[in-house]
Amino acid sequence: MDFGGINPVILVASLMVAAVPIMLAALGELVVEKAGVLNLGVEGMMIVGAISGFIAAVATGSPVVGFLAGAAGGAVLSLVFAFLTQVVLANQVATGLALTMFGLGLSSLMGQGYNGIKPPLTGKVPFGPLADIPVLGPILFAHDWMVYASIALVAGVWWVLRATRLGLIIRAVGESHDAAHALGYKVNRIRLMCIAFGGAMAGLGGAYVSLVRVPQWVDGMTAGAGWIALAIVVFASWRPWRVLIGAYLFGGISVLQLSLQAGGSAIPVEYLSMSPYLVTIVVLVIMSSGRGRASLNAPAALGQNFHAAR
Amino acid sequence: MLRRTLMTTAAAGLGLAILGGSAALAQDKTKACFVYVGTIGDGGWTQAHHTAVMKAQEHFGDAVEFQWQESVPEGADSERVMTQMALGGCNIIFTTSFGYMDPTNAIAAKFPNVKFEHATGFKREHPNVGIYNARFYEGRAIEGLIAGRMTQTNKIGYIASFPIPEVIMGINSYFLNAKKVNPDVELSVVWAYTWFDPGKEADAAKALMDAGVDVIAAHTDSTAALAEISKAGGKVIGFGQASDMAEYKPSPRVTSIIDDWSPYYIRQIQAVIDGNWTSEDTWDGIAQGTVGIGEFTGLPDEVTKEAEALRDAIAAGSYHPFTGPINKQDGSAWLAEGQTAPDGDLLGMNFFVEGITGEIPQ
Repeated sequence: MDFGGINPVILVASLMVAAVPIMLAALGELVVEKAGVLNLGVEGMMIVGAISGFIAAVATGSPVVGFLAGAAGGAVLSLVFAFLTQVVLANQVATGLALTMFGLGLSSLMGQGYNGIKPPLTGKVPFGPLADIPVLGPILFAHDWMVYASIALVAGVWWVLRATRLGLIIRAVGESHDAAHALGYKVNRIRLMCIAFGGAMAGLGGAYVSLVRVPQWVDGMTAGAGWIALAIVVFASWRPWRVLIGAYLFGGISVLQLSLQAGGSAIPVEYLSMSPYLVTIVVLVIMSSGRGRASLNAPAALGQNFHAAR
Repeated sequence: MLRRTLMTTAAAGLGLAILGGSAALAQDKTKACFVYVGTIGDGGWTQAHHTAVMKAQEHFGDAVEFQWQESVPEGADSERVMTQMALGGCNIIFTTSFGYMDPTNAIAAKFPNVKFEHATGFKREHPNVGIYNARFYEGRAIEGLIAGRMTQTNKIGYIASFPIPEVIMGINSYFLNAKKVNPDVELSVVWAYTWFDPGKEADAAKALMDAGVDVIAAHTDSTAALAEISKAGGKVIGFGQASDMAEYKPSPRVTSIIDDWSPYYIRQIQAVIDGNWTSEDTWDGIAQGTVGIGEFTGLPDEVTKEAEALRDAIAAGSYHPFTGPINKQDGSAWLAEGQTAPDGDLLGMNFFVEGITGEIPQ
């Protein structure tokens, strides 16, 4: 069952893996933005997570410890952002950009001496005979556990934001920090925790790049994945399941264009390479037309700092 | 960015120390500076340049001062870096990527007393600009031979970066020499449109393997493709690129093209010290040692012997990877029987040879 030299089953299986880092990072950023904070430092937190996770995994020989350390590394770096924007009320856009540059430099410094080392292998989840089912087997039952964890995290974030008190508080803080403050919620403290969660998710995504996707450490290896994650949040109009779709779409197209080339397709490479970005533009146009900004679903207090003056 | 700041601070501190101490000594020292496109830890292209710089530093000891800057974007930023270096007392500046070609010539015009050396380009607009390159296509020929002999599926692959003569030359050499030993061989080329993006390089390798390719050559800078190939459990092989990539020995890495710029750097810096540096167009290959062929590992003995023989023949000059008859992809004649490719044709190569099915993106 091939189309133009491409086996769709293998394609779907590989796009699920390719999408994990951007999906995790985008999911974290979604929660941060839901709380009204725009953190453009995703790329920096990812790369720091990548090297933190790599160092821990190499040192302990355990990928699980590596992923935990990656999340911790991203979270620690995000606390720098949280301190600057929530305590001393610095501009979020500028601080976020600075965080990316700082993260890239810091990761390169931490990574000295870790080039050319192979990390411990993250195994596939043993589903036994299930993995041999034609079509469904390779797609559903032949991945490492992080692929399943990332989907579970999407479901978790969706449930928390939609159906729990915590989700309601986060959304309140992001829609109107003054109202949330008047109700007695500690706006900056809640935002700080959301930022830390976003950092941990970005770090987890970064660790997936250095431990599974490209199992090694190379300087600057996330290569712009953080920026794509930021785009996916907008693309997903701040809804968790759409983050999953967006990540699969972006991951899918990048895998598809390489597969089409390898399969000898006649479609020019340039069109394939720009297609993810074209899709984003089209979706943004469709979403922002007609019913206006409300249909875009952007948190009303996004990017505004809060100071409890009254 | 942090590192850049650190380096600037360090440089400032060093400057102060020199001013306070031995100003005269610092004046006499020759200073060689390098502009890198990637990081020195990329495992490939930039690392190869940096290894050569380290060797040169060892060779000259305290006689020469070395300075380098990593991750300099091709374009306007590189002009700023070169200006800074020229003002900072560099006597010779090596710019180590194709995209620095025009900036190098522009800055060279402003500093006629500073020597500039540009890697892999073709423009020498001023008497203080030299250019240097390596005949990587000679190494590609050896990879092609191995690919032709080792493929089980008769499908071989090439992860290409950008459609520039340097890359196209490598693809053609790889394919021609594979076809010479295996007429049924088919080549798939994937254009990654990047020199360095480990995730994408790994995806490209995976896409090729999914399409049934079992020998993959890469023209990108990191080790990601080999890392991906190694997941195939020995059914697919690849090659080290720019650096030996010895951590993937004995398989999937079966040999490698090693860029060894150190003989050239030492020669040119020595020329600056002696005051007899002239603008040259240097294109060295296996014979001069600039293109090193890594140890052959994990291959059957007869293939190893054949590859070694080819390497020695190229080094001795008795075999040229582009020897006619060769037709262009559209069937028109390029080289006649027994004719070898002139350097000019190679340096401006913008066509595939006959038998390659894909198209070069325009």
